Formats: sequence, structure tokens, C-alpha cells
Amino acid sequence: MSENRAISKRIALPVVQERPVLVALAGQPNVGKSTLFNLLTGLHQHVGNWPGKTVERKEGTLTWKGTTYRLVDLPGTYSLTANSLEELIAREFIIRERPDVVIAVVDAATLERSLYLVAELLPLPAPVVVALNMMDVAQQEGIQVEPEVLQAALGVPVVPMSAVRGVGVQELLETVERMARGELPYTPRFPQIRPDHQQVLDSIGERIAGYVPSPYPDEWVALKLLEGDPEITAMMRSALPPERWDEVHAILRAHDDAQVAVASGRYEWIGRMVRAAVTRPRVGQIGLTERLDRWVTHPILGLFILAGIFGLVFWLTYTLGAPLQNLLETYVVGALAEWVGGLPLPAWLSGLLADGVIGGAGAVLTFLPILVFFFAALAFLEDVGYMARAAYVMDNFMHLIGLHGKSFLPLFLGFGCNVPAVLGTRVIESRRARLLTILLAPLVPCTARMAIIIFLAPAFFGAAAPLVSWGLVLLSLTVLALTGIVLNRVLFGGRRSAFIMELPLYHLPNWRTIGLSVWQRSLSFVRKAGTVIVVISAIIWALSTFPGGSTEESFLGQLGRWLEPAGRLIGMDWRLTVALLSSFVAKENSIATLGVLFHTGEEGLAETLAATYPIATALAFLVVQVLFIPCVAAVGAIRQETASWRWTLFSFALLLGISFLAGGATFHIARWLGG
Amino acid sequence: MVAEEEALTCKTSLPSQVDGVPLSALRTGEEGVIAELTGGHSLCSRMVSLGLTPGASVTVLQNFGRGPLIVRVRDTRVALGRGEAGKVLVRRTE
Repeated sequence: MSENRAISKRIALPVVQERPVLVALAGQPNVGKSTLFNLLTGLHQHVGNWPGKTVERKEGTLTWKGTTYRLVDLPGTYSLTANSLEELIAREFIIRERPDVVIAVVDAATLERSLYLVAELLPLPAPVVVALNMMDVAQQEGIQVEPEVLQAALGVPVVPMSAVRGVGVQELLETVERMARGELPYTPRFPQIRPDHQQVLDSIGERIAGYVPSPYPDEWVALKLLEGDPEITAMMRSALPPERWDEVHAILRAHDDAQVAVASGRYEWIGRMVRAAVTRPRVGQIGLTERLDRWVTHPILGLFILAGIFGLVFWLTYTLGAPLQNLLETYVVGALAEWVGGLPLPAWLSGLLADGVIGGAGAVLTFLPILVFFFAALAFLEDVGYMARAAYVMDNFMHLIGLHGKSFLPLFLGFGCNVPAVLGTRVIESRRARLLTILLAPLVPCTARMAIIIFLAPAFFGAAAPLVSWGLVLLSLTVLALTGIVLNRVLFGGRRSAFIMELPLYHLPNWRTIGLSVWQRSLSFVRKAGTVIVVISAIIWALSTFPGGSTEESFLGQLGRWLEPAGRLIGMDWRLTVALLSSFVAKENSIATLGVLFHTGEEGLAETLAATYPIATALAFLVVQVLFIPCVAAVGAIRQETASWRWTLFSFALLLGISFLAGGATFHIARWLGG
Repeated sequence: MVAEEEALTCKTSLPSQVDGVPLSALRTGEEGVIAELTGGHSLCSRMVSLGLTPGASVTVLQNFGRGPLIVRVRDTRVALGRGEAGKVLVRRTE
């Protein structure tokens, strides 16, 4: 409830005269809402968070026939009962902001399900225009929908369209414009509760009349009480005098089956609409989706397909991305550092810029090409509908570690970069599962960690390097699984959240949607690199330079020596310890730091290291490196997404402990084996 | 408060009607009509918003006897865990 108030206060914007027409875009997942939003606003959109929340908020502007529209993309939800933050945000926005028009996007091919949200939207205090999307898909599936009949049955404007093909957009805008001006008739037919519960609803309505806090509509509140909505229940409990509340509460307890009665009432209403407007397809017709799913969601074949597809993703990502990364490193970052080094600047400033800022943040930016290809591949798989299948076939495995299929995508994103992995946990509804996924995400080896392994393994292990590299990946995934099992037992008592999700129809990719997704994910990565990492790189540079100018005598060197006794336990001298510490800024910094400490630069470094350290130390170093605390950008993301310093510190300590134990075990076992 | 909410279920049917089998007992290709939802409150809420309400007909598209299932309900393919499917009681239709 307190959360509830916090949203409303911050959303409420001062009313300015001539304000743009406020339009909210509502719709269930997979109905093409994002496609429509992107089509309407293009790059005139702003992605942020809902105030104080970790739910993404997209807003954009659009000017059409001289009028400016402010478009707010509400989170995609199946209903508006406060099951999740998304649902709460969507309905609070409509109730408190009173948009001039709500565009409800529905899928013509799954009208029966997607009208459910419309049934929830109509009783809210804002006029609804129905965008009957995916008319083309419905036609292909042999479903005939008659928009005029639907419009007459609903009593609200219905605009047939296909956002993917750009059909019907002008008509939609025209309808929205006329609706905002109040030029269109608006006589919505509301869904009714199942008749056997009408009396109960009325008796609650009588008892709460006069006590409902503004701006909530009375009837809607009565309905939500019957549905057992936790937010509204808490609100009315404090709004009603105690004896009134006891009466209402007694009625609610006697009718705890009312939730389904309310939902059934909505589906009865939907049934009437659908019967009027839809000519059913031929029964028994097997679509493309079902034919593909026989293979793709098969418990064994599906896993092979998954492995194949993701193998291809990695191969493409590295084949296309790695050469670009090298070019960027040589011709942009390297050249820039050289140029700065040649400028007539004081030595400390040119050092700060060249080694601190460009060396640190620049190195992070060189990962961008690889990330862009990785994000593009995943956005493609998401858009065509494959990702839901990947979640489905991985569900069995994820159960083992106390999670379910939906956690698979964010964890997989971690192979690219842990930052989007942590941000990607937003798709998981339950807070428990989400937290656990966030805690596990840093154990997925990201591109930067892989770069270190690929650089060091050949020098130490020669021909066995690929084997060692695979072993390290396998090790981190095993540690991830074990940590998941233990954390789930210890922190959450072994409970597991429910797995229910829609498997959308497969469809052709929409390049615009994919492009925007890649753009936004990359942008948030660059922003991190451009802010946090620049600052921390500069700090670490200063620590490794002052006092005295050489790393050995610097603060960082001193810290490394101070920590050396701990490092010794896992076979590391102060130089490797310092390298690990510097990897906190950005993983690949380890290599650069070692280059500085051995005065070799990166060229001769691998050989020097191989000559300096025994195999046991090398192996322990690599093990610690893959399991160590993630870079500062990922820690920042963890802090942002858990909204808690406690959990951030917990994650920090957890990874420190795990990497230290694993490193120690590796070192001692390897030495005992004679390494 | 939370404990109380979770203790609530969304049992819907009259005692005489309870003759359903768990949805997870239906084999691939079998059809049924949902008789009752027996899960906790928030699980039921998510189920009904995806179309799983008493009276709705469901077709099992995939059930390999272990792991999650895929069903079709109201023209939508829904994947649900075996545990969740066990909380949906259905009557088989021939």
C-alpha cells in the first residue's frame, strides 16, 4: 500500500495548459503492443523506470495533424489484478493519471483471451479504443473477425489493423483524435459478475459506499475486493471504520470462491462478443506453430535444437564480432590513447586520460561489437517466439536449482554480459525467483572473462588450452547449479514459484522491434561504461600510480602486499592478487594490470607468466577469475535491481567466498597431483 | 496477513461436482473441461487471466509424463509446470 501511494505521488505531473493529449497503450503480452508503440513513436521514445520501481517505462511523443500526443506504453499484462508490480502500475496509471484515451491492443487471432484485459479496462475511468491487431495473422489462420460487429457489441470504437504491416495506423490515430475530443459515441457494455454472486457484490457495494478513497471508482473497488486483490483489500481495511471492515471481511471470507466468479463473468461477456464477431476456423486445422512445436518443445529433441541454436548464436557472435573488436581496439582505443599521450599535457593528466579513462572505459567499449551481435541474435529469437520454447525445454533443469524456465533467458544473456542478465530478470514475476536469478547471474562467464581465459590458457596449457577453457565454463555452470540448490534451500526453504506462461505463435521477425531492442540494450551498456566505469577506472588508475609512480609502490601495490597472506592460501603472489582486484573495474583489466606489473605490455606477457608461475597457480588464478565478484557495472546493476544494499553485499560476499574456496581447492589439489 | 492470503484458495465447485482428474493426468491429445481450480489465490489469479477458468475446455498438446505440459485453452497455447497442472481438475471429454 505504501508503495502504491509512492507511485501515485510521483506520477502526478503538474497540469499545464495546452498539454499534449495523453494516450496510454495497454495490451497483453504478445499482441503486438511494442510493435505498435515503436511504429507510432519511432526513435522519439524515452526508456526509463517507473518511479521507484524496477519496471521499465517507455514513453514517446507523436505529432499528428498538428496535435501532440504523449504516448505511455503500459507494461504488458494479462489482467489488472495486483499479482505483479506491472499490473499494479498499469491500473494505477489509468486511475490516477486519467489518460485522455486508452488504446487497448488485442490480437484478432486469440481474441477470446486477449479481450480479457479489455474487460478489466472498461470499468476504469478512461475511454477505451480497441486496436484489433494482427488481422493478417487471423486471416492466415482462417479466422474471420468482423470489426463493425465487435464495435457494436462492445459499444466502444474498434479499429482493425496490422501493426507489423503498418495497416490501419492512420485510422487508429483518427479514432484516438476524435475520441479525445469527445466526438465519438462511447457506450461500453460492461462485463457482469456471474449471476450467483451479484447479490454478494451488491452487499459489499452498499457497505463501502462513501468510504472509497478518491479517485477509485466504487464499483471497481467492490469487484477487486471480491477478487481478493491484496492492494485494494489493504486500502479498504484502513479506509473503513473497523466494524464496517469486519462486516465486509466476513462476507469476503464466506465467498472466497468469488475470484473465479468474477473471472467467469468476464469470460461470459467475452464469449458473447466473440460469438457475435468471429467466424470460427475449421476445427482440427494444424497450424505452423503446432507442427514446429512437435520438434522444438520435445523434451529430448528440443534440447538438441536449443543447443544447436545457441551454439550458432555464439559462433555468429564471435565470428562477426571478434574482428570488429580488434579493429576497434587498434584503430580507435589504441590510436586515441596514443594521440592523448602525444598531447602537451602534464604527465599525470595524460596518464590519467590514456591509461585510466581510455584504457579502462575504452577496453569495455571494445566489447560492444560482440554484444551487439549477441543481443541481435537473442532479440531475433525473442521476436520470432523461440525464447518461450527455450524457457519451456529448460524448465526441468531450472527446477533442479530452485528456479523455473523463465530464469533461463536472463541467465543466458549473461554469456554476453552480466549487466543485461541482471536487468533481464525483470521478466520473472516472483520476487523470490528473481532474487535468486540475480544472485546466480554473475556465475555465468561473460565475454570479458572468456577473453581472459582465451588469452592466458594457451600460454599455460598449450594444446590442452581448449579443454581447460571448456572445463572452466563447465565449472562455473556447475558452481552456479550447486549455489542455486543451496541458496534455494537455505534462503527460501526450498519453495519454488509457479511456472505458467504463454507460448506465442511463431511469426516472422520484425526488424524494427529487433533493432530497437538491440539499440536500447547496447545504449544502457554504453551508458554504464561511460559513467561508472570511467570514474572507477580513473580511481583505480590513481591508486595504481600514486604515490611514487610505479605500481609496486602504489596504494594498490601496498594493498596487494597487505592481502598477500590471503592470496598465498590459494597460491597467488601480490601481483596476481592486484590483477584480481583490478578486474573489479572491468574483467579484462587483469591482463592489462599484469602487463604493467611485469613491465612487458601485453605482447610478451603470456610467456612471462608461464615462466613465472607453476601450473597449479595458473589454474587457481583462472578458476578464481571466472568465479570472482563481477565487474563494477554488474554490481551496480545488482544494486539497482534488488533495490537493496544488503542483497548487493550478500552477493558480493557470496562470490568472494565461492571464488576463494574454489581457487584454494584447485591450487591444493593441482599441487598434490604434481602440477 | 500474507499467510492469511495464501491460506485462501479459490475452490469453486459444489461438492457434488468434484469428480475431476488432475490436468496432468491427461495424455497428449486428450481433451477436458475444467471443473475446479485448487491452487492458492495468486496462482488461481494467474491461471484465470490466461483463460483457465472452470467451464473452459482444454486440449493437452504435450504431456510426456514428466516435466512441464503444454495445453491449449481459448485459442492460446499455455505452458505450465507439472505441479501447477496438478492443481487444475478437469473432466475428460470424449
